[in-house]
Amino acid sequence: MSEAARIHLRNAQGRRHRMETAFRWSAMITGGSLALLGLSRRSKSGIAIAAAGGLLTYAGAKAGARQRELIARSSILLNCTPEQAYEFWSKFENLPLFMRHLESVTPLGETRSRWIAIGPLGKRVTWDAEIAFDRKDDVIAWRSLPDSELYVNGIVKFRNAPANRGTIITVVVVYQPPAGAIGGALARILGKDPSFMMRQDLRRLKALIEAGEIPTVEGQSHGPRSGVSAIARVLNPDDPIKGDGKLTDIANARRRAS
Amino acid sequence: MKAVCWMGTEKMTVETVPDPKILNPRDAIVRITSTCICGSDLHLYNGLMPTMEQGDIMGHEFMGEVVEIGAGVNREKLKVGDRVVVPFTIACGRCFFCQQQLWSCCDNSNPNYWIAEKLMGYSPSGLFGYTHMLGGYAGGQAQYARVPFADVGPLKIPAGIPDEQVVFLSDIFPTGYMGAENCNIKPGDTVAIWGCGPVGQFAIRSAFLLGAERVIAIDRFDYRLQLAEEAGAETINYEEVDDVVQLLKDMTGNIGPDSCMDAVGMEAHYSGPMWAIDRTKQVLRMQPDRPGVLRQAIIACRKGGTVSVPGVYGGFIDKMPMGAYVNKGLTMKTGQTHMMRYMKPLLELIQGGKIDPSFVVSHRVPIDKAPEMYKIFRDKKDHCTKVVLDPWANGSAAA
Repeated sequence: MSEAARIHLRNAQGRRHRMETAFRWSAMITGGSLALLGLSRRSKSGIAIAAAGGLLTYAGAKAGARQRELIARSSILLNCTPEQAYEFWSKFENLPLFMRHLESVTPLGETRSRWIAIGPLGKRVTWDAEIAFDRKDDVIAWRSLPDSELYVNGIVKFRNAPANRGTIITVVVVYQPPAGAIGGALARILGKDPSFMMRQDLRRLKALIEAGEIPTVEGQSHGPRSGVSAIARVLNPDDPIKGDGKLTDIANARRRAS
Repeated sequence: MKAVCWMGTEKMTVETVPDPKILNPRDAIVRITSTCICGSDLHLYNGLMPTMEQGDIMGHEFMGEVVEIGAGVNREKLKVGDRVVVPFTIACGRCFFCQQQLWSCCDNSNPNYWIAEKLMGYSPSGLFGYTHMLGGYAGGQAQYARVPFADVGPLKIPAGIPDEQVVFLSDIFPTGYMGAENCNIKPGDTVAIWGCGPVGQFAIRSAFLLGAERVIAIDRFDYRLQLAEEAGAETINYEEVDDVVQLLKDMTGNIGPDSCMDAVGMEAHYSGPMWAIDRTKQVLRMQPDRPGVLRQAIIACRKGGTVSVPGVYGGFIDKMPMGAYVNKGLTMKTGQTHMMRYMKPLLELIQGGKIDPSFVVSHRVPIDKAPEMYKIFRDKKDHCTKVVLDPWANGSAAA
């Protein structure tokens, strides 16, 4: 950073805050990606690091002008081969089967796709994304197109688990919602803890791949519920006694159809 | 259909609810012919297990006939018309844990994994009718039940064996058996078992089957100690002796039992100042579990011995005698029962006439009587050992 920039920062409080956010964010995503890729001991990992680095530079450049970022980061062991896991994830249209906040992902050609997320009260957020880096059975990175309302930057890494236990996948997705209504809706979709949401999503992926279905008790019989629990169910989307009804139903319907 | 619903602490009612539906491809619907009240249901009845919700359908010990199966159920394993016992643990059969035969640790059967994860680090499998933390699945004290992963759990039962002989394969017989297996019994061993409820009774018999020379059974109800004696156990009524640990020493030449089993769990009864402290903490919700038996089992166990815990604990305990546990070099084994490991071999024991599990039944009643039976069972009235409910018997018209 130049001396001029430093002076500028010292003088402009609001802007300094945004810049710091951007730097922190860059550091975090860089660290995350390096950790991810450091796990790969393949000789070609330099390519992936470079690609991820490119993504991060791009992200860092945009960060200063946006609202706070939301980082979702998690990993899970799948009882399948990296090839099978890659095969499933690389078809982005599969993601809504286990990512609760996604309504649909529609391919728009070789590398582009349209993503629709659905939030509380059915509010939708749409963005287009492209594949930024793709190496078969190893890593996929994607990002929203430059003019999207929502900035998304995601990377998933597949690697063999020790002792033939399957595949460990590690996912980092960074969202930068714009200020305003859409950003607010997205923040509500992802909740206070995007990594927790991601862990929930990956657990559904695990069940889908291993057991062939996502466990559910939505729609089962029960006796009379109390008014208190009915309210709690609506207010808290991740409460044990909640209803994620709609999205689970969508996922179930699709699963049955396929 | 009729179903026994948890409507709050000490409030069970029989409600008319919609029949269950297939919700997932590997589901089946079972028409229940026999269903039981388990001692562990009493922890729910007493309101000590967190994450119950008003309207939850109770019950995890049931059997019946398959009346519907989902598109994803392996037809070679299960078909409509099969007579099955349903294990209380729900397992996918395909995750790392299921493949290690750690069925009650299945990774994919608890939709509310995250709640248990918060409390325990990781979640065990989902269970029927046993809190939302463990899945929130509707239970089997009803006329029908939805059974997930139906090609993994349910065990087919040939015609000709009455329900009463096999229904306990759904929980208590395998649970008692695994409790005994967890004792690391070697021929000639002495095993002390706290709690002569249904699981304790099966544990006593299983310990002998596994080669124990002596089994010492500890309880405070003579009618239960009587059942233990009939199986060949020596008995101690702890309310009639000054010091159970000293008595166990005297009975074993001051070496102590090789294995000690806690078949009581979180609602143990004992006396003295620790009882008052533990009970008070439990009422104030400072300590969910009352660990008097576990402490005593650890102190009583011989050096280098094994403590087996089939009794249910829900949360945390205080004053765990860790010093005794470490310095005596004990081993502790526990867990929800890995049902699918035991059901078939134990069915063969029943078929071979080695054991008739129906000895444990004290009450056979229509499902409409379930609410009062919870109270009788909890208060150990009327020599109540095990209650079997008939969902279809005439109590009132079925819905």
